[in-house]
Amino acid sequence: MKCQQCEKPATIHITEITGPELDELHLCEDCGKIYLSQQEPASDSTMSPQFKLIEDADELAALQQQVCEICGSSFYEFRHSGRLGCPHDYVCFETELEPLIVNIHAATDHVGKRPKRGVNSSEQQVVLVRMRQEMKEAIEREDYETASSLRDQIQELEEQRKPS
Amino acid sequence: MKLEELARQSSEWLRGSGPESDIVISCRIRLARNLANHPFIRRCSDTDLAAIERTLYETLQSEPKLQDVGYVNLKMLSEIDRQFLVERQLISREHADSNGARAVAIHPEEKFSLMINEEDHLRIQVMNSGLDLDATWEQTDAIDDVVEEHLSYAFHQRLGYLTACPTNVGTGMRVSVMFHLPALVLTQQIDKVFRSLQKMNLAVRGLYGEGSRAMGDFYQISNQITLGRSEKDLIQQVSDVVPQIIDYERRARDFLVHENQQDLHDRVSRAYGLLCSAQTISSEETMELLSSVRMGVNLGLIENLKIPTINKLFIHTQPAHLQKLRGTELDTANRNIERAHYLQRHLQQDGADAAENN
Ligand SMILES: [Zn+2]
Ligand SMILES: [Zn+2]
Repeated sequence: MKCQQCEKPATIHITEITGPELDELHLCEDCGKIYLSQQEPASDSTMSPQFKLIEDADELAALQQQVCEICGSSFYEFRHSGRLGCPHDYVCFETELEPLIVNIHAATDHVGKRPKRGVNSSEQQVVLVRMRQEMKEAIEREDYETASSLRDQIQELEEQRKPS
Repeated sequence: MKLEELARQSSEWLRGSGPESDIVISCRIRLARNLANHPFIRRCSDTDLAAIERTLYETLQSEPKLQDVGYVNLKMLSEIDRQFLVERQLISREHADSNGARAVAIHPEEKFSLMINEEDHLRIQVMNSGLDLDATWEQTDAIDDVVEEHLSYAFHQRLGYLTACPTNVGTGMRVSVMFHLPALVLTQQIDKVFRSLQKMNLAVRGLYGEGSRAMGDFYQISNQITLGRSEKDLIQQVSDVVPQIIDYERRARDFLVHENQQDLHDRVSRAYGLLCSAQTISSEETMELLSSVRMGVNLGLIENLKIPTINKLFIHTQPAHLQKLRGTELDTANRNIERAHYLQRHLQQDGADAAENN
């Protein structure tokens, strides 16, 4: 059986009691962990069978509207698919992701290896992803002049960031 | 890279060398990495996927230290060949089945594979037989450094390496050790062991397995947490439970030998007999019987059979391997016949060789 949210084999099977009906959920390990980590905090030790993915309609609407400025992905899409849209999602959905990350890892900060060359600022990364997006759109509307000028700017930026 | 040549050689992870290799089969470390300036796979258009694949391909090409890897374009590969790579654990099932530009770079002796455009842009995985996690990490770390000299990874000052799924964020590292645990399965203690491992935030997965029952009683144990602990700590966390699991399995084997000697001997001999004489046999049944035989040889209940032969048979009797070795496509019924013949040939030959050496 495949996970209902992605293509991996489903290994976690959850029966959800949300109302008069029983909902069966079949999820892979990753999606299951994300799903379960969205329950109420584990502080009340008895697990409530009433998992509420989304608190209410207003919140759902708000979530659907909030979109990553770089890749156009919403947090709702993440909840639905279990996968983020781009690296910047970690920044723009920070508030929503934090409790989930704490639930999964019991930690908030990375310890361990870091890229040797020094990480270019996340703003710079954002700029590059956005420029690529714009270049793609320019190509799609056959505006090759804009596209090639964007390409040159991207190359220049990337050149600057090459290790010396 | 010629996949036919791979088919004949033994996979590094099933070579079964190293201390306590009757129980500990191999170890593996995987790093999930993404390029800073591209969306994650879910938001990638075909053009994006192709661009990422090209970038990584060119990186590998230009790097002298990675020059001897075989580069396999998965999009151009037949289904059997993709299945073949899954059976050898060089790519994942999802990687085989997905769409768009994707590839894998394979070390000639299969000590590592680099999956491109799997769930993340790049997944570096290093495999070694036995339990040398420190050496495995050194190799993984070195490959990661070499790749990073050429491009920028998506990295966040506080969260570490950014991954498509937040379950991998931080180190992006999965450390796993593969065990052969037939006695724990036979004595029905395996679930108890797994529950205690899960409480320690370790995940248990069966080899090729869907659901809880593992094929051939091979199980992989790995860390679940990737954030907030260093790579060394994560390795330590997994290493710490290894002696315990070995001890549990040994005790279960001792119990079977002392309390159930007759049943055990009967079970092992029947398994061996069936494998030597069946005319048609499924992959599942083969794995199950080979598992009993493997334990039987390790407990001295079967003579004239070598462990490397059995290890090799586990993988060579998988559907895609059988077809690659035979050099032709076979349907399920014909595969089952071919498998039975293959087993007969190799078990008898091994027995004869061993008898000669005695
Ligand atoms: Zn899933
Ligand atoms: Zn985004």
